[in-house]
Amino acid sequence: MSTPAISVRGLRKSFGATPVLDGIDLDVARGESLVIVGGSGTGKSVLLRCILGLMRADAGTIRLDGQDATGGAPEAFLRRFGMLFQGGALFDSLPVWRNVAFRLLHDGMPPNEARARAVAALAAVGLSGRVADLYPAELSGGMQKRAALARAIAARPSVLFFDEPTAGLDPILATVINRLIREQVTALGATAVTITHDLTTVRMVADRVALLHDGRLRWTGPVSAFETSDDPHVAQFITGRADGPIATLR
Amino acid sequence: MIRLLARIGAPALGLLAVTGRLAIFTARTLSHLARPPFHGRELGRALFQIGWLSLPVVGFTALFTGGALALQIYAGSDRFGAQEAVPQIVAIGMVRELGPVLVGLMVAARVTSSIAAEIATMKVTEQIDALVTLSTHPLKYLVLPRVLAATLVVPALVAVGDVIGIMGGWIVATERLGYVSGPYLRSSLDFLERVDWISSLVKGGVFGFLCALLGCWFGMTSGRGAMGVGRATKGAVVAAAIAILAANLLLTEAFFAA
Repeated sequence: MSTPAISVRGLRKSFGATPVLDGIDLDVARGESLVIVGGSGTGKSVLLRCILGLMRADAGTIRLDGQDATGGAPEAFLRRFGMLFQGGALFDSLPVWRNVAFRLLHDGMPPNEARARAVAALAAVGLSGRVADLYPAELSGGMQKRAALARAIAARPSVLFFDEPTAGLDPILATVINRLIREQVTALGATAVTITHDLTTVRMVADRVALLHDGRLRWTGPVSAFETSDDPHVAQFITGRADGPIATLR
Repeated sequence: MIRLLARIGAPALGLLAVTGRLAIFTARTLSHLARPPFHGRELGRALFQIGWLSLPVVGFTALFTGGALALQIYAGSDRFGAQEAVPQIVAIGMVRELGPVLVGLMVAARVTSSIAAEIATMKVTEQIDALVTLSTHPLKYLVLPRVLAATLVVPALVAVGDVIGIMGGWIVATERLGYVSGPYLRSSLDFLERVDWISSLVKGGVFGFLCALLGCWFGMTSGRGAMGVGRATKGAVVAAAIAILAANLLLTEAFFAA
């Protein structure tokens, strides 16, 4: 079996006396699209941030492409990495095309060429070239999300993270974003990790699903088995019932 | 007794811890001076924002202060018949003290607040995390250009403020107090020595450095949400103002102690 793109063992993270991640073990194979689901505040974003080194874990190991990355993602990993943040996280001070081409410009690509690549990436997510010279504040929420997705894919990364990609979007736009994510992940042949509590995203984006609850991965399996699982956590998450092993009061 | 010591000790230890963290932050920022890549576009933007766009507030502050200073010095010196010293005292007061300090405080109000609010907002909206995932060090991209720009450009603002302040005094003196233009200006400029100008510019550099550094520090360490951004902004301006006044005392001592 080949080395997983991402391998996490015994990951723990607490805030004060509150444990958020309580011994996470997780492997993501190359080219696989894993969707991590769980209720709000269950530590999904914390898990992503720990993997990237944006937050220091209390214990456990993280390996990216077989390399130890417990202290933070190595530069070599980040250079072929793209991420869509929940709120887009576009840089306010830069026009959209400079946002999208940020890594390309950083890597020394001439501005004309970088701009052409940015416009192509914008087109790939359904935004016209007219948007390229606008500033993020001039875009609607959905357009910002698309532009952020264009930024994530512009440098053709081999690993992509998506943090709540459909949060705050209407169902139609959410479907558009989900479809774009699936298309881009497939086109790039990338390893993808998506965190969400949106079941539509699970259905459209996942090869495999993991359910995070109480700091642990309660269930992992192929997307085809997710909705038929008799695991009480999964069943409650899918049906949205208030009673069950997932407490509503957190 | 122990409770009293604890109440004194806890904030003192906290202050020491913050000072240590700020020193590390400063050293890490400056270490990027020797490590490419350099973000020239960000430096240019910071020079424009901090330097060019601060000119109006610096100019008006210096102009009105110079004028008021001339009136005050005239009224005070009138008590013992020393009105001829007005040009010299206005000039030395502006160049040695009021020019650098007022420009520093204006930069703290305009630039430190803006830097702290901008970076804190970037932190809250995950833009700083996005920078990291795009292989860009936030200290190199956000902090170093601002600190460098302020250190370079605030001395120029101080020089402009000094000159405009002297001109403010000259306008009031000639239009309101009956001084003759040529001799007033000659008295002002002849009285000033090279060390006066050098101290003014050095103070400008130090104040600019402090303003930008503290703006960046408070921004980068801000809490979450709108309250976090507000606290960071307020804390940055207060800290910069105090740091400027404290540094001014130390620099005045260093340059002019008898």
